[in-house]
Amino acid sequence: MNFPAIWTIYVHEMTRFFRTFVQSFISPVISTSLYFVVFGTAIGSRIQEVEGVSYGAFIVPGLIMLSVMTQALSNASFGIYFPKFIGTIYELLSAPINFLEIVLGYVGAAATKALFIGVVILGTASFFVDLEVQHPLAMIAFLLLTCISFALFGFIIGIWADNFEQLQLIPLLVVTPLVFLGGSFYSISMLPGIWQTISLFNPVVYLISGFRWSFYGAADVPILVSLLAISGFMLLCVGIIWWIFRTGYKIKP
Amino acid sequence: MAIIEIKDLKKTYEGGFEALKGVSLDMEEGEILALLGPNGAGKTTLISALCGLISPTGGAASVGGHDIVSDYRAARSLIGLVPQEIALEPFQRVWDAVTFSRGLFGLPRDDAHIESVLRQLSLWEKRRARIMELSGGMKRRVLIAKALSHKPRVLFLDEPTAGVDVELRRDMWETVAQLKADGVTIILTTHYIEEAEAIADRIGVIDKGALLLVEDKAALMARMGRKTLLISLREPQAKVPDALEGYGLELADEGQTLVYTYDTHAERTGITGLLQDLGEAGLKLSDLKTTQSSLEEIFVGLVKESAA
Repeated sequence: MNFPAIWTIYVHEMTRFFRTFVQSFISPVISTSLYFVVFGTAIGSRIQEVEGVSYGAFIVPGLIMLSVMTQALSNASFGIYFPKFIGTIYELLSAPINFLEIVLGYVGAAATKALFIGVVILGTASFFVDLEVQHPLAMIAFLLLTCISFALFGFIIGIWADNFEQLQLIPLLVVTPLVFLGGSFYSISMLPGIWQTISLFNPVVYLISGFRWSFYGAADVPILVSLLAISGFMLLCVGIIWWIFRTGYKIKP
Repeated sequence: MAIIEIKDLKKTYEGGFEALKGVSLDMEEGEILALLGPNGAGKTTLISALCGLISPTGGAASVGGHDIVSDYRAARSLIGLVPQEIALEPFQRVWDAVTFSRGLFGLPRDDAHIESVLRQLSLWEKRRARIMELSGGMKRRVLIAKALSHKPRVLFLDEPTAGVDVELRRDMWETVAQLKADGVTIILTTHYIEEAEAIADRIGVIDKGALLLVEDKAALMARMGRKTLLISLREPQAKVPDALEGYGLELADEGQTLVYTYDTHAERTGITGLLQDLGEAGLKLSDLKTTQSSLEEIFVGLVKESAA
């Protein structure tokens, strides 16, 4: 393993994050606050408790997941797409490093940024609602697994995309709807019967449900199923990346 | 031992296009090879295959005795690559761009080395500038600085002087000469024959994925070199005088100049006889000039032959 090279890529990616640190920090704070003003206060005051917690508190895990998934995805996809786009990928390919090391550098950085934003949102939320975390270890595990697996997914999209439109396509058309319909702002049990069944085909449901369980101990689906789902998704991404590595798909003809 | 050994290296793309049709080449340490060839000849493909940008589909190659596929880490550690296209991050600073490259090779920081590279390439004053603030020539030098950041033993320069002004081209040649003095082996591709003539030890001509020839520059020039004797006349002639028919002369410059082509390696060049016969034919000369055919003509001839 060429650890100094992994570190070099990681630091290089994080530098861009720190260059825009204020934006990186302020924007999740503002958007979270807006969600609380709109959903927590304006609408939430008309909603009864959900699964035993106030509506404001109920949406916190979903809000965190929403941002963590989209941030991990967009950071990782842009991170590897950018050198492809401007041509500097030649440097990665001609250096004495392998694909695994490239993935570790880019995915590690994207996951770190997503994690940071998740923590910022958690901190912001604590100003608005009373938070309790019943299973802190599970919470950290879910957060980390989500950061990493969506960064891996983003890396795949970044390799696959041939232009900026494609880069936006999957996050916009697939991920955002899945996340919004994944129970960020409601419990699956609030849906009519048929929609409950349909929701079970949405992988994001398992993530948000599991993550919310680590806060309040209540879940839409069994916690073990959630854990298996996110682990399975991560393995799938690792498998696809392994295939990309084997075939040189889109980057090394 | 050769520092670069290429044996029957092939690259066929999925569509069936053969970009490299079995290229073989050895290079000694400290040598400079210029690869000449028209656009799409396979120059960049060859370099890309050696550096890991594309996967060869046949044959083998090694750098410093390390196979470029099975022992890619050791092989690539010895290689510096300067790509043809300027590929740099516009917002990055020169210093960061160069140290990033060194880091990718897994090497610890070495500010003194980076400084000497930047000074050598006249980039030291610009080390804190962002890439987008630099001129085209400077960007190209940043690419070279990046390639030299890990002290490579072999340097690939893919058209280093394309779109670079004359002065900068001279600077580039000087840089190459310095690197050669340090013992760096260099393969450069170029369109400019004069560039190959000026700095290379050996010259390879590549066309349609095949290496047509690799030869010592001087030997190539001598072997294929033909000279032309231009004889300026006092009085213009309407046609070549009959007495001089056997020499294959041509009239140029509206009858003002006689052109005589000869082979410097022939047993007799025929110059003595020609001059005597000129005198006997009553022609008065005002000037004599000889020119040697350039690499360009040799190159064009070779490529035409391979096309035929």
